[in-house]
Amino acid sequence: MIALDETDRHILRLLAQDATRSAGAVGRRLGLSQPAAWRRIRRLEQAGVIRGRRLRLDAAALGFGVTVFLGIKLARKRQVSFEDFERAVSAIPEVQTVEHVLGMYDYRLRVVARDLSDFERILRRRIMTLPGAGDVEANVMLSEERLPGPIG
Amino acid sequence: MLDDTDRRILRQYQAAPQLTTGELAARAGVTPATCWRRLERMQAAGIIRAQEAVIDWAALGYAVEVSLRFTLDKTRPRAFDEFIAAAREIPEVLEIQTFLGRVDVRLAVIARDMNHYRQLYRDRILALPHIADVEALMHLSRVKSDEVLPV
Repeated sequence: MIALDETDRHILRLLAQDATRSAGAVGRRLGLSQPAAWRRIRRLEQAGVIRGRRLRLDAAALGFGVTVFLGIKLARKRQVSFEDFERAVSAIPEVQTVEHVLGMYDYRLRVVARDLSDFERILRRRIMTLPGAGDVEANVMLSEERLPGPIG
Repeated sequence: MLDDTDRRILRQYQAAPQLTTGELAARAGVTPATCWRRLERMQAAGIIRAQEAVIDWAALGYAVEVSLRFTLDKTRPRAFDEFIAAAREIPEVLEIQTFLGRVDVRLAVIARDMNHYRQLYRDRILALPHIADVEALMHLSRVKSDEVLPV
């Protein structure tokens, strides 16, 4: 595990907001030279702290008006392989995230749809027909905020 | 409104955000100038909001990730606002979502280990206002996490 100092945490905050910032731009914000900032960023990447980049798009502007969180319980746990379910669920384009969880559900999904009737179609044709899918609970997202986490 | 060229660029861009405009143009089958202009326009229109670095909290020693699902006491008129304002103050809270459904609010919470989680849960989470019920989903593994929109 990598140890971070205050400067590293500040760099992470800056890049989590905007990953396109150059080492020079990050350095100027923190009073570091470009090479010094570059070395720190590279160290964070190599340690796997920065896992990659993600584009943040306006889902509603792209026609995806509905986001639904699904909890899914597998029906007959002994006969169904988790791998088969995971492969099939990951292949559905509208499914944005899949997490294997422990609790009252086996999987947690984030699904986008154009509207509620589009969501119903995805649920019936693609989710309910997954190998082993049992109980499904749907919660329609109304609002979301993402926070920087414990690097503040 | 977006056309097929915009969508093609967005598909490639979502798959590989680190590409230069030139590389992205080649993958999307357009000229760099077109690609640059289209990206500019989608940024100006707010369709492309940002490009974020994704932090791997496990690499920073946060081994535990929990999805906490709350129902709130809705007889209190400001239950949502007060709950959310208090949840924002907990550094280990990464996401706050509100829902229409059986669950009212969800928090994504990380902790260093189970001991740390237990302490967070008792001292900070259960101290949040207007909780009627809470249940936890302990995160085991991430199967898909790209959050790509099927444009």
